[in-house]
Amino acid sequence: MRRYYALYAGSFFTFVLALGILEQHGMPPRWIGYAFLFLTIILYATIGVLARTSNVSEYYVAGRRIPAIFNGMATGADWMSAASFIGLAGTLYLTGYQGLAYVLGWTGGYVLVALLLAPYLRRFGQYTIPDFLGARYGGHAARLVGVFATVLASFVYVVAQIYGVGVITSRFVGLQFEIGVFVGLAGILVCSFLGGMRAVTWTQVAQYLVLIVAYLAPVTMLSFKVTGVPVPQIMYGQVLQKIELLEDRISSDPAEIDVRRLFLERADELAERISGLPGSLAVEKRILSARIDQMKNSNAQMRDIFALERQRRELPKNADVARDRWDSLMRQATQRGGELTRHAEAFPGIDEVASNTARINFIALVFCLMVGTAALPHVLMRYYTTPSVRAARSSVFWSLLFILALYLTAPAYAVFAKYEIYSHLVGSSIAQLPGWIGAWGKVGLVSIEDINGDGILQLAELSLNPDVIVLATPEIAGLPYVISGLVAAGALAAALSTADGLLLTIASALSHDAYYKVFRPQATTQWRLVVSKTLLLVVAVMAAMVASQKPATILFMVAWAFSLAGAAFFPALVLGIFWKRANKAGAISGMLIGLLVTLYYMVRVQYNAIPWLGIHGIGMEPWLGIQSTSAGVWGVAVGFITIVVVSLLTDPPSTETMNFVESIRTPDFSSH
Amino acid sequence: MQLTKRQKEYWQRTIRFTAILLSVWFVVTFVVSYYARELSGIRIFGFPLGFYMGAQGSLIIYVIIIWFYARYMNALDQEYGVSEGDETDSAN
Repeated sequence: MRRYYALYAGSFFTFVLALGILEQHGMPPRWIGYAFLFLTIILYATIGVLARTSNVSEYYVAGRRIPAIFNGMATGADWMSAASFIGLAGTLYLTGYQGLAYVLGWTGGYVLVALLLAPYLRRFGQYTIPDFLGARYGGHAARLVGVFATVLASFVYVVAQIYGVGVITSRFVGLQFEIGVFVGLAGILVCSFLGGMRAVTWTQVAQYLVLIVAYLAPVTMLSFKVTGVPVPQIMYGQVLQKIELLEDRISSDPAEIDVRRLFLERADELAERISGLPGSLAVEKRILSARIDQMKNSNAQMRDIFALERQRRELPKNADVARDRWDSLMRQATQRGGELTRHAEAFPGIDEVASNTARINFIALVFCLMVGTAALPHVLMRYYTTPSVRAARSSVFWSLLFILALYLTAPAYAVFAKYEIYSHLVGSSIAQLPGWIGAWGKVGLVSIEDINGDGILQLAELSLNPDVIVLATPEIAGLPYVISGLVAAGALAAALSTADGLLLTIASALSHDAYYKVFRPQATTQWRLVVSKTLLLVVAVMAAMVASQKPATILFMVAWAFSLAGAAFFPALVLGIFWKRANKAGAISGMLIGLLVTLYYMVRVQYNAIPWLGIHGIGMEPWLGIQSTSAGVWGVAVGFITIVVVSLLTDPPSTETMNFVESIRTPDFSSH
Repeated sequence: MQLTKRQKEYWQRTIRFTAILLSVWFVVTFVVSYYARELSGIRIFGFPLGFYMGAQGSLIIYVIIIWFYARYMNALDQEYGVSEGDETDSAN
């Protein structure tokens, strides 16, 4: 196996090198994009077809024969989604220290997996997470609550991945977004449809190698260019110090201060307009009409008149639309006019109170992401696939090690990109900006507004979408296009591998737990696989349909998925292993109440955050100022308390259950 | 199923070791993050210490915790003669 993958890695490098040489000889960028997109998908499909299976154990848990190190790689690919690959470095660029909550949360969660869950789930040795809940707490109710939570959390997540595939294919290959979504869907299905977990695991190993090379290559070259040492993870400390000096210089620059004041003035003006609705909309229209008339009378350029007429046509249709649009413009202006975020400063805030709120939110988010990591079924399921408990333990170690390769690099990405932008871009003439600004401006990820009209770019005049940092770094660093193609292939691998794992998890929960275990226990093994494969197809098409609607709040929903999964599963799983007294009534009520509290908090705090909808009655102040993305803090705590209280108030579980708990806690002593 | 004395002892030791490692995890994650502002005065490789812990230090400690756990538990299995011994794995 190792030899195959060494051979595979070798041919991948040759492929990238060959494309690089072809580019030198004038191969057009579009063809490079096609080559990366289709050849990698064909590669994954080949592995998927070779690993096809119709054996139940192979299909659900890859025959429990995946060696620890490969399972670690597959878990890494499964774990690192489009959000980690594309979004994380950009979030760190924009928010500095606060963004480290994601880095900490998404890695520290593996400590909980390793110490509290993985070895015990492997010793239990069934197929899914609802399987464990069903066996530990007895009856179908706990299992079905588990199925519901699995499907809820995983579906939201899989939609985000397919959406990511659509974005990548449409930007790099020029496919239409909707077509890109379905090309991606085909890529996902060829891996998971025929071979289940076995095929998914082996393609994920291949995808891990592509994505990690693609992530490390550009930033390593950038580090070499800036510092002369190609180890970005160590060198970015020095660059960070330079950034601190640049931050001082930028924030004391008079032009910069002026630009920020102009943005704040605009925000005030918009706020005034919003409070003057609906009258202010009519005023706005009158002012524009008056200016158009005046220009027509004074023989102004037709082009300017047309521009103003279009502005008048595009005015919001009614007060509600106007409020929506102006509110988002006001937020943007406020943000751009605000103080410069210092990259390395922990918990920035204008005063002690704001800083402490930032701190508590940081810690709450870290907690939710960690507990969510240790409760997402598609990750936990992986530890059923190792040959032994011992292998499960070391497999978590390998998983985290492979994941760290990306997470240790993401903050370096952010710092190097920031250095390039602060030192070279800011202060340069707007007429002579580098080409990548225009190219990414066309797809709407970069925009520039010369608000003070001095023809020079101030930092606040530049607005970047977080996704652009990773995608544009090759161009920022002036690397050949083949590297951009490599990055696109890596992002695609990250999205596809996560989507595969999630789809399989949803299909197993529905076919194995709901259909086979609850509704039709007499189903034959062949029939179960047919049901599972059909469900996989149906869920995949549904997810692609939702994704092609371009739901705007998708990233927000992903953060919610972590909180929901954490609140639903974590207390029931951990107490199920470590507290024998936990019983059925306690677990079911704990899972449900945990889920409900999380949902309740999300909805009410979120409504409160949109005061202009006029629903203050329903909204509430966040408790301790914690944002809705960290709602799981309350859900998890309430879940634990409910399980303990309800279990103590009801009868202890049967001797049989007690014996079951003993059997997963320690190895079998009787045969020794 | 009646638990043997050795089995109880094995479980006690597992629990104790898990608790020790979890408290290290807790300190590294939450206590260090809580005092990140105060730690910013100290510098390591050019990073303020608070930033460094969030970006690298804590992550490396997490891997070490997991490696240490796997090693300790495998040794415990050996000591109690319940090692599965079905493979050579490279985490040790």
